[in-house]
Amino acid sequence: MRHFKTDKLDKNKSNAIGQSFIHESAIKQVTGKAVYIDDRAEEAHSLHAYPVLSTISSGKVLSIDTSEALAIAGVIDIYSAKDIPGKNDISPVFTGDILLAEEIISYHSQPILLVVANSYQTARIAARKVKIEYEKSAAILDIKEAIKQESWVRPPHALNRGDAQQAIKAAKHTVDGELDIGGQEHFYLEGQISIASPTEDGGMFIQTSSQHPSEVQHLVAKVLKQPFNYVTVEMRRMGGAFGGKETQAAPWACLAALAAFHTGRSVKVRLARGDDFKSTGKRHPFYNTYQVGFDDDGLIEGVDININGYCGHSADLSDAIVDRALFHADNAYYYPSAHINGNRCRTNTVSNTAYRGFGGPQGMIMAEKIMDDIAYALGKDPLEIRKLNLYRPGRDLTPYKQKIEQFILKDMIAQMEQEGDYWARKAAIKAFNKSSPIIKKGLSLTPVKFGISFTVQHLNQAGALLVIYADGSVHVNHGGTEMGQGLNTKIAQIVAQALSIDMQHVLVNATRTDKVPNTSPTAASSGTDLNGMAAFNAATTIKERLFEFASAHFDVSTEGMLLENNKLIHEKGEISFPELINLAYLNRISLSTTGFYSTPEIYYNRDKAEGHPFFYFAYGLALSEVEVDLLTGENTLTRVDILHDVGNSINPALDIGQIEGAFIQGMGWLTTEDLSWNKEGVLASNAPATYKIPAIGDTPAQFNVKLYDSQNPATTVFKSKAVGEPPFMLGISVWSAIRNALASITDYQYAPNLNTPATAERVLNAVEVAKQWSESAKKGANNA
Amino acid sequence: MIQFLLNNEMIQLTKFVPNMSILDWLRTNMGKVGSKEGCATGDCGACTVVIGDLINGQWHYKSINGCLMLLGNLHGKHLLTVEALTTKPNPSLEQLHPVQRAMVECHGSQCGFCTPGFIMSLFALYMSHKSYPGREAVIQALGGNLCRCTGYEPILKAAEKCFSYPDNDQSNIAHKDHRFSQQVAVLTTNLEKALADNEIPTVSLDGENQQFYLPQSLKQLCELKANNPQAQFVAGATDLSVEFSQLINQKQQLISVRYCSELMVFEESEQGLEIGAALPYSEFIDKFCHIYPEAHELFERLGSLQVRNAGSLGGSIANASPIGDPAPLLIALDAQLKLQSIRGERLIPIDEFFLDYRKAQLAEDEVIVSIHVPKRQETFKLSCHKISKRIEDDISAVCLVLSYQLENEKMQQVKCAMGGMAATPALAKNVAAALNGQAFNLDTLQTAASKIAEDFQPLSDVRASSTYRLQVTKNLFDRIWYQSAGQIQSLSVNLQSTSAIQTRINHASL
Repeated sequence: MRHFKTDKLDKNKSNAIGQSFIHESAIKQVTGKAVYIDDRAEEAHSLHAYPVLSTISSGKVLSIDTSEALAIAGVIDIYSAKDIPGKNDISPVFTGDILLAEEIISYHSQPILLVVANSYQTARIAARKVKIEYEKSAAILDIKEAIKQESWVRPPHALNRGDAQQAIKAAKHTVDGELDIGGQEHFYLEGQISIASPTEDGGMFIQTSSQHPSEVQHLVAKVLKQPFNYVTVEMRRMGGAFGGKETQAAPWACLAALAAFHTGRSVKVRLARGDDFKSTGKRHPFYNTYQVGFDDDGLIEGVDININGYCGHSADLSDAIVDRALFHADNAYYYPSAHINGNRCRTNTVSNTAYRGFGGPQGMIMAEKIMDDIAYALGKDPLEIRKLNLYRPGRDLTPYKQKIEQFILKDMIAQMEQEGDYWARKAAIKAFNKSSPIIKKGLSLTPVKFGISFTVQHLNQAGALLVIYADGSVHVNHGGTEMGQGLNTKIAQIVAQALSIDMQHVLVNATRTDKVPNTSPTAASSGTDLNGMAAFNAATTIKERLFEFASAHFDVSTEGMLLENNKLIHEKGEISFPELINLAYLNRISLSTTGFYSTPEIYYNRDKAEGHPFFYFAYGLALSEVEVDLLTGENTLTRVDILHDVGNSINPALDIGQIEGAFIQGMGWLTTEDLSWNKEGVLASNAPATYKIPAIGDTPAQFNVKLYDSQNPATTVFKSKAVGEPPFMLGISVWSAIRNALASITDYQYAPNLNTPATAERVLNAVEVAKQWSESAKKGANNA
Repeated sequence: MIQFLLNNEMIQLTKFVPNMSILDWLRTNMGKVGSKEGCATGDCGACTVVIGDLINGQWHYKSINGCLMLLGNLHGKHLLTVEALTTKPNPSLEQLHPVQRAMVECHGSQCGFCTPGFIMSLFALYMSHKSYPGREAVIQALGGNLCRCTGYEPILKAAEKCFSYPDNDQSNIAHKDHRFSQQVAVLTTNLEKALADNEIPTVSLDGENQQFYLPQSLKQLCELKANNPQAQFVAGATDLSVEFSQLINQKQQLISVRYCSELMVFEESEQGLEIGAALPYSEFIDKFCHIYPEAHELFERLGSLQVRNAGSLGGSIANASPIGDPAPLLIALDAQLKLQSIRGERLIPIDEFFLDYRKAQLAEDEVIVSIHVPKRQETFKLSCHKISKRIEDDISAVCLVLSYQLENEKMQQVKCAMGGMAATPALAKNVAAALNGQAFNLDTLQTAASKIAEDFQPLSDVRASSTYRLQVTKNLFDRIWYQSAGQIQSLSVNLQSTSAIQTRINHASL
C-alpha cells in the first residue's frame, strides 16, 4: 500500500504543492528518450580516453614503458602528471586527492596515465598494454592496524558531555561491545562519465554526470590553469548518484579536459563497471566500540563510543563524514553523559566518500545496537528501552549541545504500535519461534532522527535563475542537480505555486555553471530545501515586480492584488498570466531575475565541539519483520511498515519514492552488499556478479509506507522537510530484527553481535555464538 | 551475410567484428541509445531487449541481455528495442505502450537509467500473458533487472497495472494485426529461401582473419571446427561476452552452435531425456521440472530470466566452471554427454568430463551435442540446494544435489554432487559411502554430513569462506531430513510429526 496523503494548503485552490506530479522525465525515461551523457551523438573526430590504473596498493613507480600501447593503431597519445598545465591536486577540501600519480602509489587502481585513442575499445586495450614497474611498500589495509599506528587522514575529534567514564562506572548495569560495519558501493546504474570539448575562447565545455558541477568547473580550471569563467559545466541528469558523484565525478571530467586541452578535440572518458568499482570511493566501512551504563529500567546514564572511519588514502570528504557519524551516534536518544570520539583512519585503499547518510548511518547503528543490547541484558522488550531513552522536553540536549525542539517520535511510535500491531505480532512471533526449530522470526521497530544541513557552513547556500518569455512560459535554472530524486519536478511545483500558474508552463532543465554560479553539491538531502527556496525567492521577486507594474499600469493598489489560477486579479478586474507578461514586456519590464538563499541559524564551534550544526531534524521509523534460517543463515524481510516525516510534502509520490528506495538501499547495505578486498588490497567484489544489491525479490511482500501528518516547524520551503537521506537509516530495523530473531535462540536473554552486512555467512556464525551462549548458560545453571 | 529485423527494419549485414554485442551495435552503429550499458556483464539488465525466435513457424518473444548476446546470433531473429514500443515523437501518457504508461503512472522510474531495461522485460512478460500473472511470475521476469533508486515497489505495482488498460491485444507485438506483421512475414520467407540454399551464413571482416560462422547442421559444424581448431563455439555467450567486455579477450573466429537442429532438441523417451547442448534453459526447464520438480530450486535461480533465455547446458558444461549449478545436478542424475567430431561420436559420463579448474575432456575438434539423462525410476529421490548471498540472480557459494534410490527403506546408489567446494563440480564420495545401504533418518544423514570435510577442502573467496562452505553443506543434511520427513511418514519410521515444520524462509522466489 502506498498512501499519497497530501497537503495542508487551501483545498479550494488549485495548488501545485502537495500534488503527486509524475517525474518531469518519466515519459522520456520509459521511451528511452531521456538523454544521458553516453547517449549524446559524438562530435566528428571526437576521441576517447581511458586511465592506466595501478596494480599495487602501496609503493612507487620505477619505470613506465608505453611503446607497445602507442604502437596500437588508433592510439593518439598518452599523458602523465607532467602534462598537467595547472594543479595535479583535485581535493575538494584538504589536499592529497591526486589526479594522476606522479611517483607514489597510495591505493590499488589509482590512475597513473591517460591513454587517448579514436575509440573507446582501443583506449581500453591500449591502457592495458602500458608496462609499469613498481617498488612495493607495506600497505595498511586493516583498520585496526591504522588505529594502532595512529594513521589518520585528519586529526581525531570528540564530543564530550560530563564525565562519561565516571557515569558508566557508577551505573548499576554496564554493557560493552564492538561492531564491524561494512562499506557500500554506490552502484549508480550509470557509471562515471564526462565529455570535454574545447571552446573557441580556449576554454572548456564539460558535460558530466556530477552532483557538483561548480566543483567540476573549478577543478577543471585549476588543472588547466585557466580562470573559472573559461570553463562551463552542463549537467542535465544523472543515472543515479547517491553521493558517489559528489567528488568522485571530478577526476574523470578533469582527465577528459586534459586530453581535450592537448588534442584540441572533444574527448569522452567513461569507466567500465569493474574499474568504476575499483577506482572510485565508497561508503566508509567503520569499526566502532562502545560502553554504556544504565539503570534497572534501562535508562542510559553514560556512554563512551569510539568511532573509526575507514577513510582510505586521503581526506576527500572524510572529516565531515566522521563528524556526521559523531553527530548521529545518539540517534533519537538522550545521553546524560557522553564521550564520542571519531578517528579518521588512513589506509592504502581508494578514498572513501559521500554516500547517502554521509556517516550518519554508521554512527546511528551504534545507538540502535546499544538499545537492543540493554533490552536483552535486562530481559525487556527493545521498544520499551527505545521509548524510555527518547529525547523529550527537559532531556533535550545533544552531545554537541544543540537543543532538540521537536518531539514527534513519541507520537509516531504510538501510531506505529497501533497501526503496525506491534505487541500482538510480537506475541505471535514468540509463539511461532517456540514451535519452529529451523526458521526463526524477528521483529524490530527503530526510529531515525537525522540532522539537516551541510555541516560545512558555507555550503548552505543556493541560487536560481528565473526567466519568463514574452508568451508567459517560464524557464528555471537552479544550482541543484537531477539524479532521479525529482528535484526539477519539485522546483517546477514551487515556481508554479509561487506564480499560481499551471505546471506545464514551467520548464526546469539542465544545470549549468554559466546560468547559476558558485553552487553547492546536491547532497546532504538539501536539494529542495536550498534550491527550492532560491527558486521561490526568484519567483517572489518577479511577482512583486509584476504587482508594481500592474499597479502603475492599471492604476490600482497592490493591496489585495493576487496571482491565482493563471491570472492576476486586481481591484478593477483580472488579466491572464500570458497577457500580463506580454504587456509587461511591451512596457519594458525586466522578466528575469535571480533568487538566492542561505540557511539561517547554523554554526559549529569545532574547538568547543558544540553548536547548532543542523537547521532542523527529519524523523521516521520502520517496523521490520524478518525470517532467519538457523541451518544456513539465509534471511529475508517479509514485511515492513514505515511512518516517515517529510513535513508538508511538496510531492507525496516523489517523497514516498525516496523513502521506499532509501529503505531498500539501507537494507542492502546491512544484508547482502558485501565488499571484500584480497590480501593485496584489490577489491574482490568488483562487479555486480560478486557484489549483490537488492533485487526485485528482496522487496518485502508487505511494504507499507505512510507520510506522518506534520509540518516543518523550521521555515523551509512550504514547510517541507528533506527526504533524500533520512529514510536510508530505516534499514537499520532489518538488521535489528535479524538480531531479534537470533535472540530467540537464547530465549531473548542475549543477542549475539552481528557485524554487517548480515550475509547468510555472518548470520550463521552468530547462530553458533548464540547456541554456545545457551549451552554455557545451561551449564552455569546446572553447576549452580 | 546475416539478416534479421530490427523493430520494423530489415537488416542485412556482411561485415562486423565477431564479438560485437547487440548492445554495442545498437548504441554505436545504429544510434539506438535507448538501451543502456549498466555493467556489460549481464548482471543489471539495463540493456534488456526482446528477441523473437521463429520456432516451428511461430514467433516467440523473450527478453535477453543486449550486452551478452552476439550480433551474429541475431540471424533470422526479430530484435525489438525500447524505441519500438511508442512510435509517436512526443507521446502523451495515453499514447504510451501499456507497460510504459503503467511505469509512469506508478512512478516506477527515478533516475531512469535502468528503466528501458525494465520496460523491455515487462514488455516480454506482457506479451506472454493475457492478464496479470501474479507476483511470482513478475519476480521471475524482472529478477535480472536491477534498480538502485525505487526499491522496486512501484515497479511491482506497474507490472500489475499494465494489464488493466483496455485494448490489450493491440499493444501485443505478436498480435496478427500488429504493425510489424508484414515485415515479420517477409523475414520468414527470406529465411526459408536461404535455408533451402543450404549455405553457411558467414560474416567476416575485410583484410582481417575474423569470422562469425552460423553452420546449419551438425555435419557443417564439425567440419568447420576441424578446419578452424582455434575457433570458439558460442551459444548464448553469457560467459563469453563477459570475457570480451571485462578482460577484453577477443576471439578471431566464432562458430555459433545455435543453428544446428541436432543441438536444439528436447526428447523424452524410454531411455530418458535428451537435451540439446545449445537449447536455451528457458525452453526446457518446464518440461524438465515436470519430471524432476525438485530441480526447480536450481533452474529458477540460475542466472536471470534473460540469462536463462540465452544460456544453455552445453555452454555451462563446456566452461567447466567450479560453480555452474547444472553440473552438480547432472552428476547426481548420472547424465552422459554426447560428443561429436568429424572423427565420430562418443558418450562420456559427466562426472568424468571435468578435469580441473575450467578444464574439461573435450578434444579441440569436438562439440557437445546433447546431454542424456536416464529415465527416472519410481524409487528415485532427489534433493537440490543452492546457497548464495542473494536469492535472485546470484552465483552459488555452494550447490548441493543428493540423489538415491529408496528401496526397502534403504538408500541405494547414493550420489552427492556439490559445486563451489572444489576446482570442479564433484561427487562427495565419502558422504555417499556413509549413506549407501543405510536407512533414511536424521542420524544417518548427520553422520554422512560429518564426512564432507573428508571429501572437500573448499577455498575461501568472495562468495564465502571455507568454514562457511563446510558448515552450511553439513547443515543442509538437516534440511534434507526435515523437508523429506513428511513424505516418508508413510513408512514405518517412528518419528515426531515434522511435516508442519517450516524449512525455508519466505522469499518471493523460493
